[in-house]
Amino acid sequence: MNSQLRRAVSTAFVGALGIAALAACGEQSKDSSDGGSGKSRTVTLVSHDSFAASPAVLKEFTEQTGYKVKVLKSGDAGAALNKEILTKGSPQGDVFFGVDNTLLSRALQNDLFIPYEAKGLDQVADEVQLDKDKHRVTPVDTGDICVNYDKKYFADKKLAPPQTFDDLAEPAYKNLLVVENAATSSPGLGFLLGTVAEYGDEGWQDYWKKLDANGVKVVDGWEQAYNEEFSGSAGGKKAKADRPLVVSYASSPPVEVLYSDPQPAEAPTGVATGTCFRQIEFAGLLDGAKNEAGGKALLDFLITKKFQEDMPLNMFVNPVVKDAKLPELFTEHGAVVDKPETVAPETITKNREQWVQSWSSLVLK
Amino acid sequence: MAVPVAFFALFFAYPVTAIVGRGLNVDGVWQLGRIGEVLGRPELLRVLWFTTWQALASTALTLLIALPGAYVFARFDFPGKRLLRAVVTVPFVLPTVVVGTAFLALLGRGGLLDDLWGVRLDTTVWAILLAHVFFNYAVVVRTVGGLWSQLDPRQEEAARVLGAGRFAAWRSVTLPALGPVVAAATLMIFLFTFTSFGVVQILGGPTFATLEVEIYRQTAHLLDLSTAAVLTLVQLAAVGTVLAVHAWTVRRRESALRLVDPALTARRPRGAGQWALLCAVLATVALLLLAPLAVLVERSFDTPQGYGFAYYRELGTVDPTGGAFLVPPVEAVWNSLQYALVATAIAVAVGGLAAAALTRRAGRFVRGFDALLMLPLGVSAVTVGFGFLITLDEPPLDLRASWILVPLAQALVGVPFVVRTMLPVLRAVDQRLREAAAVLGASPLRAWREVDLPLVRRALLIAAGFAFAVSLGEFGATVFIARPDRPTLPVAVARLLGRPGELNYGQAMALSTILMAVCAVALLLLERIRTGVRSDNTTEEF
Repeated sequence: MNSQLRRAVSTAFVGALGIAALAACGEQSKDSSDGGSGKSRTVTLVSHDSFAASPAVLKEFTEQTGYKVKVLKSGDAGAALNKEILTKGSPQGDVFFGVDNTLLSRALQNDLFIPYEAKGLDQVADEVQLDKDKHRVTPVDTGDICVNYDKKYFADKKLAPPQTFDDLAEPAYKNLLVVENAATSSPGLGFLLGTVAEYGDEGWQDYWKKLDANGVKVVDGWEQAYNEEFSGSAGGKKAKADRPLVVSYASSPPVEVLYSDPQPAEAPTGVATGTCFRQIEFAGLLDGAKNEAGGKALLDFLITKKFQEDMPLNMFVNPVVKDAKLPELFTEHGAVVDKPETVAPETITKNREQWVQSWSSLVLK
Repeated sequence: MAVPVAFFALFFAYPVTAIVGRGLNVDGVWQLGRIGEVLGRPELLRVLWFTTWQALASTALTLLIALPGAYVFARFDFPGKRLLRAVVTVPFVLPTVVVGTAFLALLGRGGLLDDLWGVRLDTTVWAILLAHVFFNYAVVVRTVGGLWSQLDPRQEEAARVLGAGRFAAWRSVTLPALGPVVAAATLMIFLFTFTSFGVVQILGGPTFATLEVEIYRQTAHLLDLSTAAVLTLVQLAAVGTVLAVHAWTVRRRESALRLVDPALTARRPRGAGQWALLCAVLATVALLLLAPLAVLVERSFDTPQGYGFAYYRELGTVDPTGGAFLVPPVEAVWNSLQYALVATAIAVAVGGLAAAALTRRAGRFVRGFDALLMLPLGVSAVTVGFGFLITLDEPPLDLRASWILVPLAQALVGVPFVVRTMLPVLRAVDQRLREAAAVLGASPLRAWREVDLPLVRRALLIAAGFAFAVSLGEFGATVFIARPDRPTLPVAVARLLGRPGELNYGQAMALSTILMAVCAVALLLLERIRTGVRSDNTTEEF
């Protein structure tokens, strides 16, 4: 048994070396084709699954700086951040993109990022710079989590679509709304935080009791809510979905237009602009990054007009740079959210677990 | 023995121990008190209770519905049998994201049951149980049916000639022979349903959670590693107990069987009773398995301009704005095939060597290892994935960004299948043949090539096919090790479903259909190999 164990351990080691060598070879042959000698010419961006950028724009970054971008998608926003916290000090990449205001404090408390003041930050709107003093993170985009409605349903019923949180609890909209689980889904959490911001720590639970009595349906993730339950989406139509109200994003209607063939003149869905919670997404230079110089260049690039104007049609979010133009598709079919709800990141971190727990016991039975 | 032990230690035991240790060891102090604390939380006890009873109920329901199917597939000959057997296996390897969608179409609002009788099951626990039947039907048909078709019907007839009634003959002859393989199937289904993730998440909604779902939530969302660690230990203990009970009961009941060529035992049904049974089974298969699959196919062709190939054509193009991928989605087919091939090679090498070692040697250590190799089926993908992240992060083992991690993770799930398939066959090889070869001067390698290989070739191919199919459908671990330029089919489907818009949804359905077709073709090739070569005297667990 003893010799068997020893043999096993030594084989494990040799086998591991073999696999590592194999993997290293694969990487090396790719790296050497970049022509890099000594310093790495690749900068690795770790992000969540929703990250997307036009190949042309990434190519332009390479032309400007000489760095090639390698993107590692690391699961949904929460999982991606948690992975970075677990691998702190030995990160998978150089820059992390996609920590939002609901998770920001968790990232900052864990000292994930090296401070760096990105070039061009003076062009970024003031109200989204939530770490203004230390510059550990750089704001990159904003998005609004709002209730979407099925235009056809409300037109057929000759009923005005709801506009505010209060409306959703009205009897006219009984059994129409589907929301995501706040414990497992980021739009679900965003909507809960929106109600907390609207009704305060005292009132939000009463509001949810009303929603519950008004027949709100809770499903686990955005995919189920939007594709299976919401009657306004393409998937929902096929699934004969019967909920004309869903928690999604202010940018969902333009996306419905973009991914239709042929594109309709008018989006099939609309946004209840009085039900919005604002998400701000940040990027930061990871502590332990192997390519710090490349990471800094990438952070600068994320807030250039070039990248900012590419984002809306890829990630369906809004630019944070002041003079970045929105594509026509957005201005035509998207909603302008004047007064989105917000909650300070520290308040969210402090109360999140307790809010989600009270919410769960109120709504999930 | 050394290779499988090393593989298992490095890519399973080490990462899982590390992540559990990280959860329970805070700043160098073991927080064993957490175990009691977590187990005392009523909501987690409820999760444990739900996990257990839904697994028991799902397993029982699956056996109830699928055993007649196993009998029909084993004993009856009917046109299209081979194709149908391949198709009923498709759900088993489909990603749960897709299955959930398909299943809702059947049981949910506007589904078949709703249209016919106004019955909707999408919000009840019945949806979960029936989806589990849908997934695991093939396990029973393939394992139990495989052996059943090789049992000599003349033994039962002999018993009847000697005066036993029909039921008594079945009970005393066929049932004992089937016992171990039914136990093996029960074990597999219990393991799958006990650790069910996607089905419960999609069909159960936020109100039902299994341990696996809860581990995922605690790890990926709340970063509560200590609670996740305790739950992982609970799940490991439960799975370990089940494996131990299984090993014990099978050893007590294992007996030598006289097996015959399956081609000799199947015949056309005779009499009204047998026809009725055949029809009932085919109707069940049509309603429970084929209907949901058909819905997916139908949706993939259902474009706004009427039925057509628009979504399929779209799969070949790159979204000019970037979209969900940097490559045409159809490339996911090649990625999946490549990953699955590498994963199959690893799984067959590791599993084959393990099975060989388990045949040659006995003793408690070896038998324990047999059970250990099944454990990857009982540990959540998120635990393994996070374990990979914190253990394989230093040269020479910084594999986190390497492509090899995907097939390694997939192979981990494939190995148990390879072992389960190869073991019974290898055990059936007469040791005296090997000895004879050695006496005649053959080296051990030569003896293996001349004696073992010809006898196990068929089982090896079947094992490879299963490992391939499992790798093709693997989602949980693969999604963790994502490379955006090289998505696999299930990952691509999930990503398309994650965006709004008609084209994205349609493409997801089209890709799912392609995944089904790839699976079905692989399994049909498998059937050809299975029946193309003359049958040996072997049992197949799969």
